[in-house]
Amino acid sequence: MFRLFNRKKSKDEVKERLKLVLSYDRAKLSPGRMEDLKKELLQVIGKYFPAAQDDYDVNVEQQGDRMVFVANLPVAKGEGAPAK
Amino acid sequence: MKAKAIVVTSGKGGVGKTTTTANVGAALASLGEKVVVIDTDVGLRNLDVVMGLEGRVVYDLIDVFEGRCKLKQALIKDKRTPNLHLLAASQTRDKSALSPERMKETINKLIKDGFDRILIDSPAGIESGFQTAASAAQGALVVVNPEVSSVRDADRIIGLLESNEVNEVRLIINRLRPEMVKRGDMLEVDDVLEILGVKLIGIVPEDEQILVSTNLGTPASLNGNGKPGAGNAFREIARRVTGEEVPITALQANSGGFLSGIKRLFGGS
Repeated sequence: MFRLFNRKKSKDEVKERLKLVLSYDRAKLSPGRMEDLKKELLQVIGKYFPAAQDDYDVNVEQQGDRMVFVANLPVAKGEGAPAK
Repeated sequence: MKAKAIVVTSGKGGVGKTTTTANVGAALASLGEKVVVIDTDVGLRNLDVVMGLEGRVVYDLIDVFEGRCKLKQALIKDKRTPNLHLLAASQTRDKSALSPERMKETINKLIKDGFDRILIDSPAGIESGFQTAASAAQGALVVVNPEVSSVRDADRIIGLLESNEVNEVRLIINRLRPEMVKRGDMLEVDDVLEILGVKLIGIVPEDEQILVSTNLGTPASLNGNGKPGAGNAFREIARRVTGEEVPITALQANSGGFLSGIKRLFGGS
């Protein structure tokens, strides 16, 4: 009974899943390739921000008519690119 | 809708393309339009039985394409509904007999011969059968069920319609169960619209009368008694296709889980 009240509505679950899978479908990118992209991206960012944290968020999203690649990569304060 | 040739499609099978074609086609004819419904599901034809015209098929679409009969000979007139005509699919051939060029010729001829509306029932899938069905259309009715695989496939189909330059794309949300929506176990109309981003032309409730009417071979949309149900919903869709402004109503469930009434969602704008 208690579980019934706390249960997330199944339609909210399916809506989130659909939004995610459609963003990959529309970008013609498989979720596995996206993982590879995230890893490589982090390596590159790490060259410039050595202390870059790994609580990053990378995604493709629908914005109006366009598919947009969105990356949210927190960097530690005071860190900059190492001198060349 | 401006489009005279409209493809009825969904990607996924079993969501109600043929039911939609039969019901919207019959309702359009009863509203006074001169209508042809074309079955392009070659090898798996069903529009003839759903419409109760299976006993009258002599020639089919492929016979027309391959010159074995004249287009006029293959058009089956529905005697119960003046203005309604069926062009059946071939049951003995496969989809390789379809040709986008022949399809375009056939549709152009029908328009030249004075038909107001041609509904093209597409096969499931995104392969050649769908491509041929969509090739001659200027508009589309995309049928979707509020369910994960149907919505995903509809999204794919909408993308393909856009790249085929089918410009007037309208969505039909079919087999909605208001009591499941109410308890949060089914996608709502607004969720589906938000995800797919196309214009809605109608909401059709799950309704056992659809099975009864297909058993009988009489489209439910012809029993236009105004009672809430799938037949009435299809009839309203037909009126919107003709350009009439009919407000789209949200289906409401009562506590007993039955359709209890209809709430006005938004006025015709």
